[in-house]
Amino acid sequence: MTSIAKPQIRHPGLLKNALGLTKQDYEGAMSTLCAGCGHDSVTAALVQAFWELDCPPHRAAKMSGIGCSSKTTAYFMKNSHGFNSVHGRMPSVTSGANAANRELMYIGISGDGDSLSIGLGQLSHAIRRNVRMLYVLENNGVYGLTKGQFSAASDIGSTSKKGEANVQAPIDPCLLALTLGATFVARSFSGDKAQLVPIIKAGLAHNGFALIDVISPCVSFNDHEGSTKSYKYTREHEVELTSADYVPLRSAITLAEAAKNETDGPTTVRMHDGSLVRFRNTHAGYDPTNREEAWLHVRQCQKRSEVATGVLFIDESGQDMHAVADTVSTPLADLPYSALCPGAAALDTLMKDYR
Amino acid sequence: MTQPAHYHKVVDCQYACPAHTNVPEYLRLIAQGKFSESYLLNRESNVFPGILGRTCDRPCEPACRRGRIDGTPVAICRLKRVAADLRDDISDRLPKAPTQKNGKRIALIGAGPSSLTVANDLMPLGYSITLFEKHSQAGGLMRFNIPAFRLPASVLDEETGYILDMGVDVRYNTSVDSMQALLAEGYDAVFVGSGAPKGKELDLPGRHEGNASEVIHIGIEWLGSVHFGHVTQTAPRVLIIGVGNTAMDCCRSARRLGATSVKVVARRSRPHFKASPWELEDAEEEQVEILENHAPKRFVYEQGKLVGMEFERLVWSETNGRQSSIVSDTIIIGCDTVILAIGQDNAFPWIEKDIGIAFGEHNLPVVDKLTHQSTRAEVFFGGDAAWGPQNIIWAVEHGHQAAVSIHNHCQGISPGERLPFMMNLTSVKSGMQAWAYSNDFNPKPRAKMSHEALVNRFAGIAIEVELGFTAEQTATEVERCLNCDIETHFTSKLCIECDACVDVCPVNCLTIAAPTDSESELRTRLSAPATNLTQDLYLSEPLPQTGRLMVKDEDLCVHCGLCAERCPTAAWDMRKFDLVVPYASQQCSSKVQRAL
Repeated sequence: MTSIAKPQIRHPGLLKNALGLTKQDYEGAMSTLCAGCGHDSVTAALVQAFWELDCPPHRAAKMSGIGCSSKTTAYFMKNSHGFNSVHGRMPSVTSGANAANRELMYIGISGDGDSLSIGLGQLSHAIRRNVRMLYVLENNGVYGLTKGQFSAASDIGSTSKKGEANVQAPIDPCLLALTLGATFVARSFSGDKAQLVPIIKAGLAHNGFALIDVISPCVSFNDHEGSTKSYKYTREHEVELTSADYVPLRSAITLAEAAKNETDGPTTVRMHDGSLVRFRNTHAGYDPTNREEAWLHVRQCQKRSEVATGVLFIDESGQDMHAVADTVSTPLADLPYSALCPGAAALDTLMKDYR
Repeated sequence: MTQPAHYHKVVDCQYACPAHTNVPEYLRLIAQGKFSESYLLNRESNVFPGILGRTCDRPCEPACRRGRIDGTPVAICRLKRVAADLRDDISDRLPKAPTQKNGKRIALIGAGPSSLTVANDLMPLGYSITLFEKHSQAGGLMRFNIPAFRLPASVLDEETGYILDMGVDVRYNTSVDSMQALLAEGYDAVFVGSGAPKGKELDLPGRHEGNASEVIHIGIEWLGSVHFGHVTQTAPRVLIIGVGNTAMDCCRSARRLGATSVKVVARRSRPHFKASPWELEDAEEEQVEILENHAPKRFVYEQGKLVGMEFERLVWSETNGRQSSIVSDTIIIGCDTVILAIGQDNAFPWIEKDIGIAFGEHNLPVVDKLTHQSTRAEVFFGGDAAWGPQNIIWAVEHGHQAAVSIHNHCQGISPGERLPFMMNLTSVKSGMQAWAYSNDFNPKPRAKMSHEALVNRFAGIAIEVELGFTAEQTATEVERCLNCDIETHFTSKLCIECDACVDVCPVNCLTIAAPTDSESELRTRLSAPATNLTQDLYLSEPLPQTGRLMVKDEDLCVHCGLCAERCPTAAWDMRKFDLVVPYASQQCSSKVQRAL
């Protein structure tokens, strides 16, 4: 927590993006999280990604639940929409919001407690429905806000600050998401923005539910010697399976680059908006488009106490919630009232079809 | 990163000040209402806070970091005046000369700022000092060439008095006509601080015709005559040739002595003027006209009476960095009086050429840059007398350095054997989220000095124009100081590389970067490119987890302290930097140390 207000002053040479906005325009209030919290680095990565993507802040909605992680939404894009929901219910509230207005960009921020304990059911169904949203799970393996109890993401053997070891099996959100049919599964580390920023950009371009499990250390309760979610442990055990490079739509792709893609082997996935995500395999034999292999690989890393990072799986052919439900293409929020609520006569006609 | 030089350079104002005045600390004392303490701190380095608070050339202000942040530096100079104006009687807190003298006798020539500084530093050490001054008052150029409307006599009397009242044996109205004779009196050391007293001549056709001797004057001599009351009025139309600060004093004095049309004529265009921008503005406020690109050609007379001057109008161009000019046409500008203010020269007709004091180029004495020693061991030079005209604050610094040398010389130590600059770094963390300093780093306009109304100020030559800052102006202006002496200090082994500092820095100073052998390459891949090469990079030891480096570009740091505030391990800390400048009094202890 800090007593110093966010300064107005900025570097005089701040660059502007295509909308004429500087990174400052994508910032929010001064963080009141503990100094050194991984979540603040995630915030900085989000700001960087939104700025680079020229996102109009008024076309975004920031969704969160309860916990340290859920405070993050206050710290970026101060001019965006937002909803701070009940503990664990953010995925459901976002599903509803997306149903009503499919044109906004949804950014859900949650934590391992909010997502994997109280909100596990909500998360599972949002994945299952393939709600189009970026779901950032700031995972520190501990209940930080209530002073350091083990969470559902704590590894067996990882110790509390006082030295007690955890004995319960963890839920790995990436394995869970692969099992539930998620179409974009990634893991990253708050201390590695070079990796995190392109993954956020790819996730925002994904046509469906994009999960990023971000290892985001808790400096106050889970950054000690026996922790498996500390800065030091993560740096020592991180294994980058893929390195993603996000190529926005407006960049020209040269022939030389295209040829290199074919011969050199990196996988290029064309997102639905035409932008590209280009993968370089940093781990021999890893294929981020094969769900079964991906699951196996991540599971094997886990057994070796390795933290698998990168975009672990991507499937851009999946259908999102609106496609599956065959909803109207106009956001419900924009439909005229007469079309949204056609009246008793229209209802009667509809009901007759079911008789 | 334990070198005083790096930390010193971060305090831009103190680094730019020839005398290394501790600006941020004295501004902080003003902010706390401790005007006397602020004055005394100033006095340690610059000796004449009241005088310099009105007249300094302010090398600190163009250097001020605030100028790089929001365009205008802190009004450092005029805040110095605030401390001087509002101080209590501090006479009992000044250094005293011991009653027991050390048996060494020093002669000082000229009672200007450099000699007075030597006396200030050496009197408390027990020296017997004799000061020779050809005029009847002390102050030198500060008194005779700076008009009273910029610097009241009372301020001069008080601050020169602090030094002379320690028991300096002052011989007023005594010019030294022979160095040989003076040396024969057996002084242990002689300091020459006699300035550059000779105004430059302009030998153009007509310089000595007709009534020239009555109406064509040399600037500094004319200002001296005004000071002594020999000149009390001028003709209506006055031309000033030259555009340095002396020209500004001449034109503004002329306005007060009855001139109605005053023009300052310069060879070059405005960016090349020697006068400080604020002095040009003050002159223009008094309806002085400043003409650019006019080269004087001849004096024009009608029936033996000066009626004007002819000028060539120049068009300047630059090729390969060299300025050259062509004459477009000529013009005659009417006038009744001309004042030549085109520079000053040194003159030492009174130093015999065969007494071991060597002279080099431009008839300047051969003086060691560090020790101020001439080729004759017991003779030292300082101020304008050493290397030609500079300014008051340089003269003061010369005095300090010469005092160290003279002290060494008299104690049998080589003048070159000097203490290095040292520093103290003390954390200013004073509690949870509490730091023992305050600054307002958000953009804020500089306080504007209010001036005496035009209708009032011409009533007499001694009506001070600048009125000083109000309490409100002072309060906001001291907060504009970024407190650059409260410096970021990094302890590599504590860092966990969480990025909190990098993320929170409002001006993108910080980067955790892979090590490199090439600083110029490193400068290109920081959070913001480090393009100001005059500002250093702060490089840490390799960080414990990844071996990368914490890199800080000092250029635009606003000393907000957020990096230290958001650091979970106190790897970043805000520490107060105190530059320890060795004066003659500290040199004492070095000798004691050697004896031990």
